[in-house]
Amino acid sequence: MTFNWDLVWSSFGPIIGGAVTGTIPLTLASFAIGLALALLVALLRLSPNPLLSGAARFYVSVIRGTPLLVQLFVIFYGLPSVGVKLEPWPSAIIAFSLNVGGYAAEVIRAAILSVPKGQWEAGHTIGMSGPQTLVRIILPQAARVSVPPLSNTFISLVKDTSLASLILVTELFRNAQQIAAFSQEFMILYLESALVYWVICLVLSTGQSALERRLDRYVAH
Amino acid sequence: MSPTETSNASQGNSGLVLSARNLAKAFGSNKVLRGIDLDVRRGQVVALIGPSGSGKTTVLRSLNGLEVPDAGTVTFGDADAGTVRGSGAGLTLDFAGGVGKREIAALRDRSAMVFQHYNLFPHMTVLKNIIEGPVQVQKRPRAEVVAEAERLLARVGLADKRDAYPFELSGGQQQRVGIVRALALKPQLLLFDEPTSALDPELVGDVLGVIKELADEGWTMVIVTHELAFARQVANEVIFMDGGVVVERGPAAEVLREPREERTKQFVKRLQHEV
Repeated sequence: MTFNWDLVWSSFGPIIGGAVTGTIPLTLASFAIGLALALLVALLRLSPNPLLSGAARFYVSVIRGTPLLVQLFVIFYGLPSVGVKLEPWPSAIIAFSLNVGGYAAEVIRAAILSVPKGQWEAGHTIGMSGPQTLVRIILPQAARVSVPPLSNTFISLVKDTSLASLILVTELFRNAQQIAAFSQEFMILYLESALVYWVICLVLSTGQSALERRLDRYVAH
Repeated sequence: MSPTETSNASQGNSGLVLSARNLAKAFGSNKVLRGIDLDVRRGQVVALIGPSGSGKTTVLRSLNGLEVPDAGTVTFGDADAGTVRGSGAGLTLDFAGGVGKREIAALRDRSAMVFQHYNLFPHMTVLKNIIEGPVQVQKRPRAEVVAEAERLLARVGLADKRDAYPFELSGGQQQRVGIVRALALKPQLLLFDEPTSALDPELVGDVLGVIKELADEGWTMVIVTHELAFARQVANEVIFMDGGVVVERGPAAEVLREPREERTKQFVKRLQHEV
């Protein structure tokens, strides 16, 4: 067996192209929407109203208790049977956002709870309302605590987007699969795609370290 | 920094700043306040002393709405004319009838709190800590507030710490920033919750010195403290609490030197032993 270097070089283009036009935008969009959702769910979860906190708890439980692949299939293949037809991209973004929302909500909730009660009180005594204290005093401190676990969520999401290939989203892994099927060089193509995922995640880890350093500037070392 | 420049003693008479009546509060079955009365006149310093669990901190926190009593009233007197927000005439909160967010906000508008553990905002510089309330809440012009904050920082010997973060300061320095943060709000009443209890012994003096200066300048204050010697120096009135009631009250020298009640005698004696 001779190693097919030509295929290696010619396939990098479509694979990286799939990352740039598929994997990366899918990750960014889902993470942004998911984070916003997570903050909302975390606040509902902390609400004294049992109905609101119960609803949030239920949502988190369903998301964490079911496989992401099943969630994707329910949205893309399942919903049409009840009359909701979604294209691959919107289906993927909805599924990944909901998924991030569930996991990140718990991270954010824990981070908010980790800020000492005295910080809420100090905010109140200088005259701030609850929401004002949350935004100006509590969340900036919670952000620092939640960067490492949220980075985990983010990096997992990059890799999880490969599942979108199964609902026909043109992204990194789907491109690799198609070339592999055509050329029958499975090992080369799948290792190549693994390499590209890894590089993306390395870049993200570097970004995480930089962000942590920046947010750590106000704590003792 | 003197209160005559702000609002605190601007009327110049000796009117009541604060009057609390019959404050009661229970945490579950634990009755921490059983009918507390408290009057504070303009320029007066009132020290609340007593064993832990006596309810003294709960009284202080009730005055700032950090605890909401189950019953009783808190009235802020006629001293409002000079407040920065010109909030008009007096304010009375009747806790038995339930109080809303607005009333609590109005209460907080009138006093400022200094915490035992400072509770500075760790993600903000010293200057930001101080101007946050005046700028964000009171909507005063930033330049004016910054100038005021710098002046206050210089007064407590921390001019060079303006851009430091709280973790870079000693406990004593953090507490002095905490005091400046309270002063910058220009309150009618300063509340101190065991301001030196968390400090290393050698740092206590600096903070007490600042509080003493404020007292000499005529600021109206309520101080929860274990520092009896300090209370004797600065307080006009000392209130000894135990078990959620006021056991004894009177001029500082009397209550601390010649207490009438047995419980007060024991408490004073025990604390003096420790010192």
